[in-house]
Amino acid sequence: MSALDPREELAKRLGLLHVPPVRFDSPHEIQKLLAENDYLSDEAIASVTFLADRLAKPVLVEGPAGTGKTALAQAVADSIGARLIRLQCYEGLDESKALYEWNYRKQLLRIQAGRPEGSAEEWAHLEEDIFAEEFLLTRPLLEAITATDPVVLLIDEVDRVELETEALLLEILSEYQVSIPELGTVRAKQIPMVFLTSNNTRELSEALKRRCLYLYVGYPTIERERDIILARVPGISAVLAEQIAQVVRSLRTLDLKKAPSVSETLDWARTLVVLGREEIGEQDAADTLHILLKYQSDIERATKELLGRSKPVA
Amino acid sequence: MLNLLGDFIAELRAAGIPVSMSEHVDAARAVQVIDLSDRALVKSSLAATLVKDGDHLPVFSTAFEVFFANRAFDSVADLMDGVEAQSPEGATGASGPGQAPGEGGGASSSMSAAELADLLFRALREGNRDDLRRAAAEAVTRYAGVEPGRPVGGTYYLYRTLRNLELDALERRLSEASLADQNTSDALAERLSRDEAHARIEQLKSEIEREIRERLVEDRGAEALAKSVRRPLPEDIDVMHANRDEMAQLERALRPLSRKLAVRLARRRRRRRRGPVDLRHTVRRSLSTGGVPIDLRFKPPRPAKPEIIVIADISGSVASFARFTLHLVHAISSQFSKVRSFVFVDGLDEVSQLFEGVDDPAEAVARINAEADVIAFDGHSDYGRAFLTFHERFADQLTKRSTILILGDARNNYHQAHVEVIADLKYRSKAVYWLNPEPTSYWNSGDSIVSQYAPYCERVVECRTLRQLEAFVGELA
Repeated sequence: MSALDPREELAKRLGLLHVPPVRFDSPHEIQKLLAENDYLSDEAIASVTFLADRLAKPVLVEGPAGTGKTALAQAVADSIGARLIRLQCYEGLDESKALYEWNYRKQLLRIQAGRPEGSAEEWAHLEEDIFAEEFLLTRPLLEAITATDPVVLLIDEVDRVELETEALLLEILSEYQVSIPELGTVRAKQIPMVFLTSNNTRELSEALKRRCLYLYVGYPTIERERDIILARVPGISAVLAEQIAQVVRSLRTLDLKKAPSVSETLDWARTLVVLGREEIGEQDAADTLHILLKYQSDIERATKELLGRSKPVA
Repeated sequence: MLNLLGDFIAELRAAGIPVSMSEHVDAARAVQVIDLSDRALVKSSLAATLVKDGDHLPVFSTAFEVFFANRAFDSVADLMDGVEAQSPEGATGASGPGQAPGEGGGASSSMSAAELADLLFRALREGNRDDLRRAAAEAVTRYAGVEPGRPVGGTYYLYRTLRNLELDALERRLSEASLADQNTSDALAERLSRDEAHARIEQLKSEIEREIRERLVEDRGAEALAKSVRRPLPEDIDVMHANRDEMAQLERALRPLSRKLAVRLARRRRRRRRGPVDLRHTVRRSLSTGGVPIDLRFKPPRPAKPEIIVIADISGSVASFARFTLHLVHAISSQFSKVRSFVFVDGLDEVSQLFEGVDDPAEAVARINAEADVIAFDGHSDYGRAFLTFHERFADQLTKRSTILILGDARNNYHQAHVEVIADLKYRSKAVYWLNPEPTSYWNSGDSIVSQYAPYCERVVECRTLRQLEAFVGELA
């Protein structure tokens, strides 16, 4: 087995002059760096991020809504001082929105300014001219590839695009290059970190999954959730944070339509802090449950199960 | 080449997780760049490279624990080539690998049952992991009665240990103790301490499970054990023979599944090719181009949403299957123009109204047994009679847009088949499908009479797992 480092191999293929240095020394360093940016990771998150850097592979992050998938990309970008380039996916996203588009107005201007006299040579020259990089409008994917400053590419909610559109991503994810028929292949000037997030509303294609490392971000353990609250909500007491984490854990075990996410937990914690509470009493919980839960039936069920009341207090 | 990683991947594949060649390569590369003495790191690295579906993680996790339980690997070479890495002193029955503190074997027998209970309670109370681990090891030594060499997966040992520990009482004691500490008595605090106690007990259970697994690996080796503890992925669980745990897994898998299915179907419907040219609309548009119809407008495609009629056998053996199908069909009912459901044993009753205005089909399904009037005589399924009743009462409401799904194993208890009824139903409706939760090889054995009904059905489909059910329903809409 050849011991060629994947980074070296990729750098050679991309024609980079030197292999870009690794960004992190160890998963522990990542945990520390992320914590400094107010993102509390766990072992799995740190080690996958570490591998993504070492193996030069994109990371596919999956999990329920509001568990910090997008925030992870942001925090990684912050911690290595990189620019975050974000591509928000939606149904109907196409090449011209994701990769590149020809700036045809500018091309028209060029043609009019040049006014070819009709000779074939001049025409060929002009044609070559108007399909140059100068007339290319870069969209997020191409921008991430051509950037020379450090960037982190985030492809958000990739499960929203159609199956066919997914194919657009494949070349950039495995080869870090974009092929433009009129221009040739644009290769990356660096090896950017790439994160894809998915809410798992549909099965992603095998081809896409194979090219990525997979990270499942579920709801945090009670200890981690408490620490997240402590880190993100200023002025909260340890007792209150612990209690909030406990209530949220209990809520998640109920069979709810939408379990409270981490971001909703944080909203709730902030509310309680603003209300000046040191502990959660029954009345406080009943009054503020609507911050955690978004469906009336969920609120009713939670009130009944947790507080032992049949009707929510208005 | 004897290759531990290769063996591990073979085990994953045998458990049903699709691992491609390139993922194998990635895993091999990953283990070269990480610190192999950190087991958690090895585990998450292998998970990231080999498993690409969150639902598959529990299966991966079990396989990993079994395969790498007692193996210390310090170098890549160990992981790539080593198979002999099991510690030789493991066979003595002590509590295994380096990270378990405290010597299990000798000291444990001196501990009385009361002392053990006390240790357990204290460990759980304070949430001290090391103590908990030690207590779990004691409990296993004392109660599991592990017999070397027996080819079992350890469920029985687990059951024996847990029964002796009387966890329910322990859990109650824990929650009462923590409640007494807080000296409040409102319902919320009570509930919270109950959940906390429950979580700790679960932690203890998984410690015990781990302990038993480690001993079994020492006893019989990882490859053999992996085979006995291998569990199917949620989508491959046989619905008819699922145990309670697996049933819960299925329930959990069903909701995201129906959501995914609905999204896929809606998308497909939207993207279906457009209808014929809409002349009126096109002419109106052409006014802006001087009467030249440049911009053609099309009629939206006619939504060909089928009307679904489900007739389900809910007698004992096939009940769980029927409930799953009803749940799934109603969960995606927006993809059909109408869904009506009927359940029967030897009498037949309509249950569509149970699903009306209910947000969560699971609730309605739970009410079916209590509220549907399905037993006319002796409570043994009688397909012939049920179909007759259906025909009598509802046949005139069938149209050429109705698709009938019949769910059941066609085990008719040697009653009359009344095949002619199905023939008439087929004539009146668009199609009749029969979903059979039994494996094909069991069909027509004993009192199963699938083959008598089959000629009058569009198709008879074997439908034992969620995967098969999903595929069928996806085709239907």
